[in-house]
Amino acid sequence: MTSTPVLEHGAEAGHGATPPHRLGTPTVAALLVGAVAVACVLSVVVGARSIPLAAVWDGSHPLHNISQARVERTLLGLAVGAALALAGAVLQGLTRNPLADPGILGINAGASFAMVVGLSVFGVSELRDFLWVAFLGAAVAAVLVHVIASVGRDGATPMKLAIAGAALTAATTSWTTGVLLVDRQTMETFRYWQVGTIGGRDLSVLLTGAPFLLVGAALALSGARLLNTLALGDDLARGLGRRTAIDRIVLGVAVVLLAGTATALAGPIAFVGLVVPHAVRALVGSDHARLLPLSALGGAALVVLADTLGRVVLPPSEVQVGVMAAVVGVPVFLLLIRRGRSGSGAL
Amino acid sequence: MTDMLTPTGTAATADVDALEVVRAARRTPQRRYALVIGGLSVALFGAFAARVLLGDYTITVPDFFRILTGTDIPGATYILMESKLPRAVLALLAGVAFGVAGALFQTTLRNPLASPDIIGVSLGASATAVVAIALWGWQGLPVSGVAVLGAISVALVVRLVAGPHGGHRLILVGIGLAAAMQSVIQYVFTRVDEYDAQLVLRWLTGSVNGVAWPTIRLLALVLAVLLPVTWWLCRSLRATELGDDTAAGLGVSRTRSELLLLLGVVLVAVGVAAAGPIAFVSFLAGPIARALNGGRTTILGSALAGALIVVAADYVADYLIPDTNLPVGVVTGAVGAPFLLWLLVRGRTGRRAA
Repeated sequence: MTSTPVLEHGAEAGHGATPPHRLGTPTVAALLVGAVAVACVLSVVVGARSIPLAAVWDGSHPLHNISQARVERTLLGLAVGAALALAGAVLQGLTRNPLADPGILGINAGASFAMVVGLSVFGVSELRDFLWVAFLGAAVAAVLVHVIASVGRDGATPMKLAIAGAALTAATTSWTTGVLLVDRQTMETFRYWQVGTIGGRDLSVLLTGAPFLLVGAALALSGARLLNTLALGDDLARGLGRRTAIDRIVLGVAVVLLAGTATALAGPIAFVGLVVPHAVRALVGSDHARLLPLSALGGAALVVLADTLGRVVLPPSEVQVGVMAAVVGVPVFLLLIRRGRSGSGAL
Repeated sequence: MTDMLTPTGTAATADVDALEVVRAARRTPQRRYALVIGGLSVALFGAFAARVLLGDYTITVPDFFRILTGTDIPGATYILMESKLPRAVLALLAGVAFGVAGALFQTTLRNPLASPDIIGVSLGASATAVVAIALWGWQGLPVSGVAVLGAISVALVVRLVAGPHGGHRLILVGIGLAAAMQSVIQYVFTRVDEYDAQLVLRWLTGSVNGVAWPTIRLLALVLAVLLPVTWWLCRSLRATELGDDTAAGLGVSRTRSELLLLLGVVLVAVGVAAAGPIAFVSFLAGPIARALNGGRTTILGSALAGALIVVAADYVADYLIPDTNLPVGVVTGAVGAPFLLWLLVRGRTGRRAA
């Protein structure tokens, strides 16, 4: 306990050091596609009641309706997981901060506060309007956290970003609670959504959110080269002819679209955006052209698997995917800190 | 040099002058300390009196004492004994517990951000308490016990993962664990029916209304035992602030600061078991008392400041929105978070935590 941290600190300080056995990108991609496929099958088959796969396409099967609900749930999980992981990967590159995650930086909390206010005060009820409200909340939170963390001599360090995010989350949680206690009806609608869940939504929800997710994903994926350049530092990026301010805004819009939509669809889910990019980076390195699409795949697989696991872990009740994501995510978060990468002031 | 040659009489007066200077230099902080403690006590008394006597239903001072001595005044007795007084007393006790615990954490870990509500200890206590109450149907002492266990486990994990030197990592680990604890509470929140959901919602932010006398008595009892112990152990706190090595050199063993930290954890846990994790009180009380006291840590001042914050915030929470009893944590959270951000912006934390 007393001597190892120092050693680890020195050994791990070289960020982006080549992992000892890196798999080829095609292998990793194939594995992740396989994981997504397995996750989908499990998600349809496993649950309070097991369903044979055949029930999905056999309209006359007695369990056909349940299987449809599970398929919808799985699709939503895929979309939300991919969006969150992609948002996390972009955010980590954009802020050059290994701990960036839409949940930790308060972006999800901002979106949910905006939605509660929208529901309670302005009587928003259409999902499409909800999405806009969520975007607004997410955008305001993202800008606020970044501005607050950037003030001061040392700029936006991971430490300051994380604390600003935590403070914003705490404040918005207080205000959200205040609104909910005043408005009982909103609370009934909100209490399940607030945990982060993909169950009990129908397909129309996903279809409404899909265009926003697609635009966000397209912006994010096309920003891979920008992120690679930004990784060199602002000065060098500017020297290479990039207009860093505009690049940042475009990528910020992508994050807000992805995280905002995911939050509107499934509630605030933390840690997916943190864990998946790190795992993928450990496998294929930090080139964003590979990192971004593979993170999206990994996020989709993780959320669907976590949701499936949540159905069987504490029967007869269901553990929501937001809780399961925290269960999986916190150990990884702790490991990242423990490895000392964030301990050095620079990171 | 000519001074050396002057007659002895002048030398004596010079000595007296030097003595006066030293005395004055020592007296000023002492005076200031007395002023701070006195001022905070008066403010706390005022807030407490306002909380108990004023509001929607005014109770006169003579009536207050008549009710306390057993006279039954229809209406007033019920309102005072079942609503106003328990709320005010619990706010006072919980504020003291959180204020002392926060100051202990911040001084022994030497970081203003390392307060139990930011590094997840309060939420750890809250998560275990809420599981015990909502899922297992426990009440009273066992809930406090389980909350203490929860708080200690979170504190241990933070300590072990962050390593012995704390700093940056301690805060980051704590923030991660706090997020995890919050999701546990929210999971419980989905498992209960509507009435309990109100209750669980309060476990996320903390609240002092609707708490019965036995719970308050339990908290008072625990505080009556723990606070003298804290006071006795605290004598070394000034040395601890100088850092582990210096403190050890001054004869303060590290076990003692660990013990103080443990006391802080227990104080938070019993406070949380009674009133929920009232947001940001332990974070705010220490720095406020310290700033008032000219930059010197004062545990007594933190206790008074904590109590003052909770009692006053509860008064605001009760009457801010007509017909709605907000939990006190909504008010402290809404005020505390901007303060945290302000601290961050001022760059204080950058210097002290680095």
